[in-house]
Amino acid sequence: MSAAVAVRGLEKSFGDLHVLRGVDLEVAPGTVFALLGSNGAGKTTLVRILSTLLRMDGGEVAVAGFDVATRGADVRRSISLTGQFAAVDEVLTGRENLVLVARLRHLPDPGRVADELLARFSLTEAGRRRAGTYSGGMRRRLDIAMSLIGSPAVVVLDEPTTGLDPEARLEVWDAIRGLAAGGTTVLLTTQHLDEAEQLADRIAILHEGRIIVDGTLAELQALLPPTRVERVEQPPALEDVFLAVIGSRRAAGDPTGQEAR
Amino acid sequence: MSITFVGDTVALTGRSLRHVTRSLDTVITTALMPIALLLLFVFVLGGAIRTGTDSYVAYLLPGILLITIATGVSYTAYRLFQDLQGGILERFRSMPIARSSVLWAHVLTSLVANVLSLVVVVAVGLLIGFRSSAGPLAWLAVLGILVLVTLALTWVAVIPGLTAKTVDGASAFSYPLILLPFISSAFVPTASMPGPVRWFAEHQPVTSIVNAIRDLLAVRPVGADLPVALLWCAGILVAAWAVATAVYRRRGA
Repeated sequence: MSAAVAVRGLEKSFGDLHVLRGVDLEVAPGTVFALLGSNGAGKTTLVRILSTLLRMDGGEVAVAGFDVATRGADVRRSISLTGQFAAVDEVLTGRENLVLVARLRHLPDPGRVADELLARFSLTEAGRRRAGTYSGGMRRRLDIAMSLIGSPAVVVLDEPTTGLDPEARLEVWDAIRGLAAGGTTVLLTTQHLDEAEQLADRIAILHEGRIIVDGTLAELQALLPPTRVERVEQPPALEDVFLAVIGSRRAAGDPTGQEAR
Repeated sequence: MSITFVGDTVALTGRSLRHVTRSLDTVITTALMPIALLLLFVFVLGGAIRTGTDSYVAYLLPGILLITIATGVSYTAYRLFQDLQGGILERFRSMPIARSSVLWAHVLTSLVANVLSLVVVVAVGLLIGFRSSAGPLAWLAVLGILVLVTLALTWVAVIPGLTAKTVDGASAFSYPLILLPFISSAFVPTASMPGPVRWFAEHQPVTSIVNAIRDLLAVRPVGADLPVALLWCAGILVAAWAVATAVYRRRGA
C-alpha cells in the first residue's frame, strides 16, 4: 500500500530564512507518526504545506497519493488539519461547530454526525454550550472531533497539547489513541518527547530543516548505548503528585489512564 | 458558480449571521452614532443650515444612511480579523470547500446586518418627522442603491480585515469613510463651500449617491446623479473585490 504521506526533498524559504532544506519522510497508512522538533524547527511550515495552506519551493509532496501542487482539492478532501491554536468558533455551540464542518464536508446528515462525535468525545452535555465557555481540554477535543468529520485519510495534529494543563493533555492523548485504534493515519507534531514516546508508532526528528533521525522508538533508543540496569529509589513524579492532589480521575492508582465514561 | 459554492456560502453565511444575532448590540451600535448625528443636526445645527427645502430631516437622511453603512462595514473587517487570528479561517481554507465562499459569507452577512441597521435609522427618521410620498418603486430603487453601496464598502472592508496587524487597525479604515459625507452635499449644499473644497465635494461619490437617493425619496426627477452614483459604486465594488480576492489568495497557496 502506498504511503499516506510522502515527502521528498521538500524545500521552503521565507526570504533569507531557509526553513526546510530537503525534508524526506514517509508515513504508512493507519499509523501514528510523530514529528519532533524544537520551536522554529519548521514543523508548522511542513504541516501547512501538507494541507495546501502554503506553497513549497521545491521537492515533491503527496497526501493519500495526491500531489499537493497539482491536486489541491483532492488533498484537502483527504487531509484534516488541527492547528496549534484550537480553531473552533467560540460564538457557536460545540454542536453547531460540528454541524458546520459536516455541512462544509457535504455530508448527508450533519446533525447525526455531530451528535455521534459529541458522544464519542464526551461532549454531549457541553454540546449545547458556546465553545467559548469550554476548558482548554474540551476545546481541543472539540477541535479534534471537527477534524475527524468526513473521515479524512490523514489527520494532522499540530502540537495538539501545547498550552494544556496535565489533565487536559491526558484527555487529548486518549482521543489520539482512539483515532489510531480506528485506523486513521495521524501525523503529530510535538516538542514534548514523552508525547511522541506515548503515542507514536514512528518518530522523526526535524532539526535545522532536515529529518536527522527517523525510526521506531526502539530503533531510536538503539542509537544510544544499551540501558544500564540500576536500582534507584524514585520519588513520585511531579505530574503524579499534581494529578493526585487535584483529585483527577487519572490520579495515581489508575495506571491504565482510562477514565470512566 | 458551482453547487458547492452556493452550499458552502449558505453554510458559512449561517455561521456568521449567528455571530450577528448573538451580539445584536453590533446592529444597535452601528445605528447609534448615525442616529446621534441625525438628532444633533436636525435639532441643534440644522436650524442654521439653509438647504432650500422645507424639511431638513428629508435633506439629511440619505447622508446619515451612508454613515450608517460606513460604520456597519467596519464590523466585517473586525469579524474577518477575528477569524484570521483565531485560526478558523485557516481551518476553512484547509477544507475541501469553494475557497471564495469564505469571503462571500462575510459580505452577505454584512449586507443583512447593515439592512437591519438602516431600518432602525429610517424608523428613527420617521419618528422625528421624516415623510416621503415616494412609491414602492422609488423605495426599491433606494434600497438597491444602498445595497450596492454596502456591497462596495464591505469589499473595501475585507481588505483591512485580511491585512491588519491589530484589531484597531482592522476597523480604523472606516473613519475616513464616515468623514467623507461631511465633505459632500449630505449635510449642507455644496454651493456654500469655498472653491477647491466644493470641487472635491462635487466630484466624490457621496454627493452623487446622496443626491440620487434624496431625489428618489422626494419624488423629483433624478438627473445625472443616478448613473454617476451607480458607476462609482460599481467601480469601487469591482476594484475592492479584485484587491480583496488577490490578498486572500496571496495569503495561502
